[in-house]
This record gives sequence, C-alpha cells and structure tokens, in this order.
Amino acid sequence: MSSTPPLLSVQSLDIAFGSHRVVKDLSFDLHAGQTLAIVGESGSGKSMTSLATMGLVHYLNATIAKGRILYRRTSDSAPLELTALSDKEMRRIRGKEISMIFQEPMTSLNPVYTVGDQITEVLRLHGDYSRATAREEALRLLRLVRLADAESLLKRYPHQLSGGMRQRVMIAMALACKPKVLVADEPTTALDVTIQAQILAIIKDLQKELGMAVIFITHDMGVVAEVADHVVVMRNGEKVEEADVATLFAAPQKPYTQALLAAVPTLGSMQGEALPRAEPLIIFDGEKVVTQGEATLQDTVQVQQTPVVSVRNLVTRFDIHKGFFGGVSHRVHAVENVSFDIQPGETLALVGESGSGKSTIGRTIQQLQKSTSGDIVFSGKPVAEMSRAEKMTLRQQVQYIFQDPFASLDPRKTVGFSIAEPIRTHRLMGDERRIKQRVGELLERVGLSPEHGERYPHEFSGGQRQRICIARALASKPKLIIADEALSALDVSIQAQIIHLMMQLQREEGLAYLFISHDMAVVEKMSHRVAVLHLGQIVEMGPRQRVFDAPQHAYTKKLLSAVPVADPHHRREHLLLEGDIPSPIRRVGDEPTVYPLDEITAGHFVSRNGASLRS
Amino acid sequence: MTINALKLERFKSFEFIMGALLVGGIGFAVLFSGWLFPDGASGVNLAMRLTPPMADGSFPLGTDPLGRDVLARVIIGGEISLKVGFYSALGAVVLGIVMGLLSGYYGGVIDMIVMRFADVQLALPFILLAITFIAVIGGGLSNMIILLIVSQWVQYARLVRGSVLSLKDREFILSAQAIGVRDWRILFQHLLPNLLGPVIVLMTLNVANNILLESSLTFLGLGVDPVIPSWGGMLAEGRTYLQTAWWVSVFPGVAILLTVLGLNLLGDWLRDTLDPTGRTSR
Repeated sequence: MSSTPPLLSVQSLDIAFGSHRVVKDLSFDLHAGQTLAIVGESGSGKSMTSLATMGLVHYLNATIAKGRILYRRTSDSAPLELTALSDKEMRRIRGKEISMIFQEPMTSLNPVYTVGDQITEVLRLHGDYSRATAREEALRLLRLVRLADAESLLKRYPHQLSGGMRQRVMIAMALACKPKVLVADEPTTALDVTIQAQILAIIKDLQKELGMAVIFITHDMGVVAEVADHVVVMRNGEKVEEADVATLFAAPQKPYTQALLAAVPTLGSMQGEALPRAEPLIIFDGEKVVTQGEATLQDTVQVQQTPVVSVRNLVTRFDIHKGFFGGVSHRVHAVENVSFDIQPGETLALVGESGSGKSTIGRTIQQLQKSTSGDIVFSGKPVAEMSRAEKMTLRQQVQYIFQDPFASLDPRKTVGFSIAEPIRTHRLMGDERRIKQRVGELLERVGLSPEHGERYPHEFSGGQRQRICIARALASKPKLIIADEALSALDVSIQAQIIHLMMQLQREEGLAYLFISHDMAVVEKMSHRVAVLHLGQIVEMGPRQRVFDAPQHAYTKKLLSAVPVADPHHRREHLLLEGDIPSPIRRVGDEPTVYPLDEITAGHFVSRNGASLRS
Repeated sequence: MTINALKLERFKSFEFIMGALLVGGIGFAVLFSGWLFPDGASGVNLAMRLTPPMADGSFPLGTDPLGRDVLARVIIGGEISLKVGFYSALGAVVLGIVMGLLSGYYGGVIDMIVMRFADVQLALPFILLAITFIAVIGGGLSNMIILLIVSQWVQYARLVRGSVLSLKDREFILSAQAIGVRDWRILFQHLLPNLLGPVIVLMTLNVANNILLESSLTFLGLGVDPVIPSWGGMLAEGRTYLQTAWWVSVFPGVAILLTVLGLNLLGDWLRDTLDPTGRTSR
C-alpha cells in the first residue's frame, strides 16, 4: 500500500474551539480501498476529525489552527489541500468525492420530504441527471443497500421507516455520487445489534464493490475488529497509537490502548464458567496501566430464601388512540405473559432488542407503569392487594437506575439533595446531621468524596453521575435494584468500573439486580441468569452459562451471532441477518399467540415458537 | 468555594445591583410620597399651567395643564400603578402556575377543564371581558386587579403546562416517582424550579403591560377615581399636549420605563441565580 500515495492525508492537524484545542497534532493516511477506524472515548476528538475531513468544523465555530488535509483524486494527480479550499470549492467535493453518514438516522433525514425526493436532490445537485434518470439511479441505490421494494420506498416519508432502514437510506444518499471516501461517524451506535450487523455487512460489501476508502469513527472495539484494516486510537485529541487491526488487538503497544482493550467486554469470555466473576480493574492512570482488586467469584445467590420479587403471567399493553373519535384501534403488546423470580443476591438479565418489552417489565415492577393483568409478588404479597403503605415500602426496597445519567438527576438540585431524597421520602432518618453524614458515606461507597454532595449534576462527568445515581439507589437500603440500560451511555473504561462497583455492592450488601440491557457481552459478564425477550415474550430463560454456551432458541442464536466480537481473527464471514425488528403494535382483536415454555434442563426454559421464527 | 462565599457572590452582579437600585429607588420614593409631598398632587394652580421643566425652582419637572406639579404626581401616581402592576402579575403567576402544574402533571379531566376554560378565556376580547366585569361586579382598585388576574393567568398556565409536559417524561422526574416521592414535592420541588425561568421573564413583561392597561381601564371607569393620579392615566392625559408640552406625558413614561427596566434586570438575575448550570460559568 505504501507504494501508492495516500488518497487522503491528514498532516499535523490542530482543531480548536477558541483557545481550547480539541484535536492536537494529528496525522494519518488513508489509502484507496482501505477502512480506517478512528476509535476513542467521548471527548477524544474523533468526531471533530471526521468533520474536518468534510470541511464542516467552522459550522461548529471551531477552527483548524494548524496542519492540512491533502486529498488526491487519482494516484498520479496533484494533491488538493482541503483545508485551504473556499466554502464554494469545498461544497463541490463534499458529498461528491467525500461523503458522510451520521450517527442519528432519525434526525439526519428531513421529515417533510419523501425518501425519493431526498435522494434525487443529491443526485441532481452533483450530477447531470434529469428527473427520470435520477429516479432510476435512486432505485438502483436503494437496491444497492439491500432495501426490498425500492419502488414504493421512494414515495415514503422518513417517519414511516425503521431506524435500520433510515440508516440504509442515509448510506444510499452518501453513495449517490460514487464518492472516493466515505466518512461514517458512529453509524451503528443508535441501532440494535442485529441491525448493526446488517449495516456493517452492507458497508463492507459496498466498499469492495465500489473500491471506496472508509473512515469509520466508533467507540466500539467490537465494531473495529469487525470492519477495520487499520486503526488510529485517540485520547484527549491526540493520537495514542496507530497500527493495523491484527497487530493492535494482538499486541497493543501503548498503556492506554492496553487498558482500553482490557476494559472491553468480549462475548464468549465466560465460556465454561458457572458463576459471574468480578475481574480485576485495569485502569490507565495517565501514564501506566494499573490493576486494582482481584478476580472474585460472584457466588451471592441465595437459592433457599423466598424470591425478592416474583413476576407471574405479567401482561402490559398500551392503547393507541387513533381516528376522529379517539377510539382504541391498535395496542402495543409490550409484555405478554412473562413470569420469573429473582432470588436475593441474584442478577437476572433481561435482554432483547428495542420493542422487546424489557424496559416495560422493569417499569411495571417499579409501579411506574400499570400492568394489564398478572401479578407482581413482593415479599409474598401481590402488589395489586397492597395498601398504600406497603406500596411505599416496595418503592423503598426496589430502586431504579436509568440509562441516561445526565437526565436522571434534577439539574436544579445539589447531588446531596438528590441522594438524601429517598431517605427523607421514606423517613429513614429524621436528624439532618445524620442524613448529611449518611449522604457522605454513600458518596464514599461509590468512590466519590463527601464534599461532592454540595455540587450540582452538571459539574460531574457521565461516569461520576452514574455513580451518584447508584449512591441514590443505595440510600434507601434496597433489596433489588433495577438497572435499565444503566451502562449503555458510558464509555467502556467507565463501564468496566461501574460493573466492578455493582458487583462489589452485590457481594457486600446482598443486592439483587434486574439488569436490563441490549449488550450481550456485558450481560455475560454480570449475570447469574438470563431471560431473552422477543416481542414481549420470554423465548429463552436459564442460567447464564446454559443460555450463552448452548443457546436453544433461534432468536437467542441470532442475537448472539450479531454481536461483534472484539477480535479481528473471529471476523464473521457473512452471516446475513435479513429482516427488520418486528413491531409489537397490533390491531385490536389481533392478539399475539402466547407460546408456552418447555424446561429442557433444570432451570433452562425455551419457548415452543422456535421453529416459527425466521432464522 | 464554600456555600457562604457563593451566596455573597450571587449578589455581586450588574443585573442585581442596577435592578435593585432602580426598583428599590422608585419603590422607596413611592412608599414615602406622603412624607415627600405632604400637600398631595391635587394643588391646582392655573397661573402656573404647563410650566416647562426647570423653568421654576419649585416645579423641577414642570406642571400639567392644571398647573399641578408633575414630579409630585409621578411619585404619588406610582402607588396605584405599582399596586396594579405587581399584584395583578403576582396573582396571575400564582394562579397560572398552580393550574398549569396540575393540568400538565395529572392530565385527564383536570387538564381538559383547565384548558377548555383557557381557550374560552383567550377567545374572549379583553375589552368585552372588562366591560362585562364592570357591569356585573363594579369598579375599584381591587376589582381591577382581579380582572387583570382573571384575564392573564391563562398565559402562565399554558406556559407552565407546556413545560411540565416536556419535563414530566424526563428521567429525573421518573426517578423521583420511582423512589416514591410525594406528588406535591415533585410538583413544587422538582418541576417548578425547572420551569421558572420563562415564567419570570413573562412576568416582568406583564408588569409593564398591566401598568399601561390600568389607564385604559380607568378610562372605561373600572379603575380608581380618575382624580387620583396614576402613570397610565398621566400618559393618556398628556397625549393631547404632546406637541406643546412633552413633559406632561414623558416623565410618567420614564417612570414606567425605569421600573420595567429594573424589573427585567432583577428577573434576569433571578433566572440566572436559580440556574445552577449558569452559576459556575461566570
């Protein structure tokens, strides 16, 4: 590759917001047909780099302080200095020679134009197309990104498409002018794993077909291992390490990369182990790699005791009012006939894709959502028969941690106030001094210091805020914590620390967790038992080892196969997963079939609909 | 930084100092108007009518068409204007916030009743409402204030309801519910502080508007005795003399301007101090 000059060459690039440098002295080359992954955690400057190659940084009020970006149309033409081009000249390159796809397919399409209008607009803007030929080309592009029924798709509006379909439309638009370089900024982060696998496969295929070079921006090491040829690791705006993908994963040179790779949960790492294991924490302290703690088996489940919570035949449906008279025409069948127990000290994971009803189950247990039928039994008593006071006790003993640590703390209240709120609400302590002391203890418990209590949420980072949310959940001395995607919004190194903390708390306090997640690798690390949900029904449930090592249900297998593994040698050769995630919305009267579960070995249940699922 | 240092710091802002000086100064003068001008402002002196400002030592701001001291009338007239402006805005804010919180948070029947009532209120022209009001209940200062509250709470209720609808699905409200925090605490401790910003801005604008409305209502006969001076009334009176004697209407206008400016500054300051995210960036 080094024989031909690079297609795109970034040379000692500096990007700054005022005097604050967000990208520092960054250099890398991109060759034709190559996939370059830029990985880093939040704030590493990876997205700014991608915007710089598109000449878009000044729209964010940032400036390119130093360095240049050279682009070569063909290997023997003179390089074009993108950073020196005028806005007008850049516009001719953007979209035509260098194209970009963004993270959020929901917001990057204009909702008032049809898909067809939007694709033909791009075509006619950059190319010599008539209305009719542009339409033909748009059809070809939609077929290229494997969208079935392209004809009717042209006439549809973005809101009528699923997230995966929208992202494919975005890719089709990005490819409209046969670009030489495709910049993909976290293109699959907002998507479910099965859809992510489809999108990654499409990008890989198209790259081969069209000979494009791809810059792939991501935080997900699994995705890197899956798609990249060459990797640039960034941290705080600087390039930490650059290597080809096999070398990087096999022998990372820099301590930061080592720590980052160590923090990535890898699917299959717990193979053959019966119990979850708290791994020692591998942390990069700024200079070197530090290992904290030691591996501990998570043998905390108390099987003999009565379950903390038993869910029996739970059904939760939402009515959709449509039409002039506001009658109920459709229903969301969020949860259909779900039953499970959680023992003290146990982590039960609920996994599934969006719309599988996993969050609704958590919210129904927490009484944030009314159930349609079925029972939630708490300390031997169904919630439906509970008095007000008993329901309050339930809210003391079951706590909820939300996905977004930024949104789940009141921005106008000090962190101390928020942590003390459960104590005050349940009148666990009366004396203000003792409350303050307890808040301090709780903050220390989650690795912060008591002085932090007087600060406001915006003064903390995402990981610290999630620690604060955990401290708040611990404040009322709960027996069960429902963690609803509590780790999904965090960077991997922070994620590893929070997993460590949660497992430590489980050992010390005997907590039970209902761990709701779409991330199979994290679930494998943490949980004792796993329930796989599909369209509101449990399709497979059992001990983690059974479900992960010997999945029985077609859907479980599909879900596991879609997870990208952070190992470039395990690249999947085209496991084509077709189809969208089915919708749980059904017409009134069209009730879904509830499939019974068979117990195939002790504690391992599999739904009977295995054959009926497309696999 | 300790909490005390932070608290002192909050008062050291341009907005607070200017706003407090303006509103405090005007309020102080109005409060002690009886002591400043023991003769009141009704001393008619036709010989001195329409004296320009500074032309006569005893009338620094000139006199009106009946030869009354403009300075005395501006200060004494402030009492009615400020009362009407403040009480009506305050009443409307309190009523609007409570209704908006309840209807936004609980929805359902409460929401339907409050919002249909609000629609009717908005469809009804103000003057029509005012005339009906006078016909049924009669005039007077307190009735005028009640009328203004009745006609203005809707704006606040709609504003608050809108904010509640977007805030109540945010996770910090859900997590308060998950903990079991009582409804009134969620309403007044979590929702209210998070939506107060725009309410304060609307309120400062409404105070100015109400001071002016008072004069039209007085003209309709709903207000106080037209003999008692007020800023709005003086503005209206001076209009006919605008070409020949600008000072008759300009000085009450300046008084309104300064009051509103002061309130706006205080409002901005209050909004910023209540917002912890803005505090550290200064």
